[in-house]
Amino acid sequence: MKKLVKYIIADILRSRIMIAYTVVLLVISFSVFSIEDNPAKGILSLLNIILFIVPLVSIIFSTIYIYNSNEFIELLVSQPLQRKSIWLSMFTGLAVSLSLAFFAGAGIVILLYAWSMTGAIMLGCGVLLSIVFAAIAMLASVKIRDKAKGIGTAILLWLYFSMLFDTLVLFLLFQFSDYPIEKGMIALSFLNPIDLSRVLILLRIDVSAMMGYTGAVFQSFFGSEVGMVIALAIMMTWIAVPLSISTIRFNNKDL
Amino acid sequence: MISLQNISKQFGRFKVLTDVSFSCNKGECIALIGPNGSGKTTIIKSILGMVIPDSGTITFRGKSIANDYNYRSDIGYMPQMGRYPENMSIGQVLGMMKDIRKIPENLLDEDLIKSFGINKLLDKRMGTLSGGTRQKVSACLAFMFGSQALIMDEPSAGLDPVSSEILREKILIEKEKSKLVIITSHVLSELDDLITEVIYMQDGRMLFQKSLHALRKDTGEEKLSRAIARVMRQQDESDGLQEARVNTSELRN
Repeated sequence: MKKLVKYIIADILRSRIMIAYTVVLLVISFSVFSIEDNPAKGILSLLNIILFIVPLVSIIFSTIYIYNSNEFIELLVSQPLQRKSIWLSMFTGLAVSLSLAFFAGAGIVILLYAWSMTGAIMLGCGVLLSIVFAAIAMLASVKIRDKAKGIGTAILLWLYFSMLFDTLVLFLLFQFSDYPIEKGMIALSFLNPIDLSRVLILLRIDVSAMMGYTGAVFQSFFGSEVGMVIALAIMMTWIAVPLSISTIRFNNKDL
Repeated sequence: MISLQNISKQFGRFKVLTDVSFSCNKGECIALIGPNGSGKTTIIKSILGMVIPDSGTITFRGKSIANDYNYRSDIGYMPQMGRYPENMSIGQVLGMMKDIRKIPENLLDEDLIKSFGINKLLDKRMGTLSGGTRQKVSACLAFMFGSQALIMDEPSAGLDPVSSEILREKILIEKEKSKLVIITSHVLSELDDLITEVIYMQDGRMLFQKSLHALRKDTGEEKLSRAIARVMRQQDESDGLQEARVNTSELRN
């Protein structure tokens, strides 16, 4: 399995889209930090761009890659290999190369300009988001046979996580604004890995003071070490659940 | 060596295979023939474990293949349309397969790599190759590990005449080594002196399994293509007769 992963990573890292993604991240993060002289402000501007681009590229690239590898996966299945290890190798290949691209593009710049706990958390969130959306993409592509439909679903999923979900949350907030829903808001943020990352990083920067009472509740929850561990566990769940469902599906799939 | 017992498979509402049973032994070269959509590829895919049958069992060397994967180390498979990761070079693809099969270098069969001239193209990326060259790579991979069973799905599709002749000769050599070869092909004329048996499929059912000799005798035709054409015509006629019978019985009622 290790050997298979090695070849898959070498293949992905040489693809033009991956190189372009790395360069774009590099240009964006460099320019953001050169415009802002305050690293905290730089992080804030970079945060929104990263939370937008990283999930988008991860989910769409992974979906397309899996569909394009259809015949290749068939060939691998005809070899003396377990289906599970083929599928997990594909996932590991995608996750490692997306994380590497993120690290090379944005990670190094963050470490250079904003060497702090906040920077480290942002780096972690970027890497975790890459892996989460690769896992979600694998689930989408194993469930849907048709390539066009699969890519459409991937785009819709991204739209849901990065925009529609926030609208829903805002709607709920206004509807139930008379009730004490601060704790519920924490639970709600668990339902979206992008929001969870945003909350984690925003709380590190002083802007959380502007978020009112909810901000204070968030601060007391995520600011603590236990809160951080729980947040990490939630992110891991976001990787593990789609990945294991897709592996089970792939094990019984007709190619 | 490979035997199928009562294999049925349904994709959604569409029945692809209905109660297919046959067995094939070492030293045989079997042609799987039938019109498009008759279930040939599905049979091959079930033998390789890519499609999981709804019912029935497939055994390889007497052992059921369900939930097993090691048996495939003795099968060389050449797909109908091989597509490989675009940015891998031919050399990497070959290297990866060697890593997967874990067969010592001196036991590898690299005849086809040489005769197709693949060893001059090792640095080329798979994405830049023509369909024919990719097909050659697939053929090399199928023969490289000296597997006891060779399964080929439309092997000559996309190959130029010279290369398909090379492939044909290679298949003949392997057949002499008393290996099992299963081929599906639409180009019946090139199967003539290659195969020993014919399995004819139609609408997901196996119509017959006959040795080439018996088929020639039954139809009175020397050429495989003509013999099969005759079988198909007979099939159509008997279908027509049945329909006519149904129609008349309906009229009577």
